[in-house]
Amino acid sequence: MVTTAIFQRHWRLPAAMLVLLVAVVVGASIGPAGPPAWRVPLELINRLPLISFDSGVTSTEWNLIWQIRMPRVVLAGLVGAMLSTAGAAYQGVFRNPLIDPYLLGVAAGAGLGATIVFTVNRAGTSSWIVDPLPLTAFVGGLGAVALTYLVGTAFGANRSSATLVLAGVAVTSLATALQTFILQRNTDVVRQVYSWILGRLSSATWSDVRLVIPYVILSLGALLIHRRLLDVLRVGDDEAKALGVNVDRVRLIVVLAATLGTAAVVAVSGLIGFVGIIVPHAVRLVAGASYRVVLPVSLVAGAAFLILADIPGRILDNPAETPIGVVTAFLGAPFFLLILRTRQVAE
Amino acid sequence: MTSLKIKSLSVKYGRHEAVRDFEENVRPGEWLCLIGPNGAGKSSVLRAIVGLAPHTGSVTIDDTPVKSRSVRRRAQLVAYVPQVPLLPDSMTVHEYVLLGRNPYVVGFSNESREDFMMVEEVLRRLDLVGYSRRELSSLSGGERQRVVIARALAQEAPLLLLDEPTSALDIGHQQQALELVDRMRREHGLTVVSAMHDLTLAGLYSDRLSLMHQGVVAASGPAESVLKAETLAEFYGVSATVHTDGDGTVVVIPKRSDTARGS
Repeated sequence: MVTTAIFQRHWRLPAAMLVLLVAVVVGASIGPAGPPAWRVPLELINRLPLISFDSGVTSTEWNLIWQIRMPRVVLAGLVGAMLSTAGAAYQGVFRNPLIDPYLLGVAAGAGLGATIVFTVNRAGTSSWIVDPLPLTAFVGGLGAVALTYLVGTAFGANRSSATLVLAGVAVTSLATALQTFILQRNTDVVRQVYSWILGRLSSATWSDVRLVIPYVILSLGALLIHRRLLDVLRVGDDEAKALGVNVDRVRLIVVLAATLGTAAVVAVSGLIGFVGIIVPHAVRLVAGASYRVVLPVSLVAGAAFLILADIPGRILDNPAETPIGVVTAFLGAPFFLLILRTRQVAE
Repeated sequence: MTSLKIKSLSVKYGRHEAVRDFEENVRPGEWLCLIGPNGAGKSSVLRAIVGLAPHTGSVTIDDTPVKSRSVRRRAQLVAYVPQVPLLPDSMTVHEYVLLGRNPYVVGFSNESREDFMMVEEVLRRLDLVGYSRRELSSLSGGERQRVVIARALAQEAPLLLLDEPTSALDIGHQQQALELVDRMRREHGLTVVSAMHDLTLAGLYSDRLSLMHQGVVAASGPAESVLKAETLAEFYGVSATVHTDGDGTVVVIPKRSDTARGS
């Protein structure tokens, strides 16, 4: 009886997967142009192997669905899964429920990198085979976190998580200040930079998906195998060490993995805020605080959440889209306050 | 049963030396109790044994230096209960006790069937079966202490370190907790090192006392030789009467000063 107690919450993962499936179908069905929404699920079923019937979707319309909507849905799913899992993992290693995946400066570093591309010569890069923007944002994000780690471990003699967090705050301020400085001298690109920062999935292509997928898989894999150890860390560094956990190593690997994945998705989608806080907390409310459950369920629920959160943006202000970052912030800010109020639920 | 040898152990936090040249030889199955005023270095000794405090000197368990062991292997040998254990609010008793099995989980796998059976066994022995799904935040002080001891026992380590195991408990629960440790010690042949403030209880349950003062051992031996009024006055600055019961129990009673009594 006791043995089963820990497995009782296992229905949450299939439930989350079902929600994800629905989100994918809805995401593929809704958009300003294309066939009537109700025909799209039929066509998706038609596309399954061994099934064939006429759904009334033309091949041109299918092209629109497959080349325009599906990459967007898949990318939203990958970004949502990554940010949610990274958020849960960060909250675990720093034992702080209010931490998000941008904590150590990824976002500010990526923003700085993107700003540099926009100011140097954005028009000149249009003919390049590979768009340097995601790459520069990725390098900027990783660079900022590397700096955070160097500063945090150089001055924090005992490598406590608090020094690392403070170093993250300092590096974020520095990167933001540099970015502001650059923008002040190049006011013509302010609009482009801000639209990038607010996040966008609208221009997603399959090549964006191909770009991030190796990082996301690597990162999610590394985080998921640490989920049991994240539970041991809940009793604090000292006790976890006494229980045989190499705390410093686990923290380093988890932070590196979460950062790598976050930097990759930030590079293609911009900064989509609050996902890394909203999703893990919502999951904790229904599935308990054990990271063995929180991590995999956050992954699936995060994918579903961002796919769904991307839909209002397509319809509102059509044809000029509402950036996804604005949608998640609208949902996230009140939710954040709710967490502050009921903080004891989330430990 | 496991022996513990400590040679010229010094613990330094920055420039502050918390423990200096601590020597100890704990026999297999013995219960050694460290006593001494606040800041004497008792906790530092315990933390050094389990590898949490920066130290020099050697700590040897069953003739193998602790430093040569992996973190995981050391956790199989030494279980440590800190003065104020961190109990995550929303964790259940079962989940918490299961953490004690961490040193036996290989790589990134999960706990085995044996691990779950061991946890059930410990919960049964400590009368905690009915609590297994309760969240830690819903437990009383005495229940919490029992759960923490349960986690340490689930670790199946032959050496048990307890830092002030009874400081947060009332007199009844103090006795209960110490009786529990004593019973487990006898049943499993554990070697126990504890730090304690209550001198009477320390003398009552342990085989030997080690009185520490400013990082150095000032006196060591059985209760009746360490707990003397002059010794206590010198190191604790306390004025107390020491009284030996018919059954050999040494009782320490603080004295109220005459001036206070007169007023």
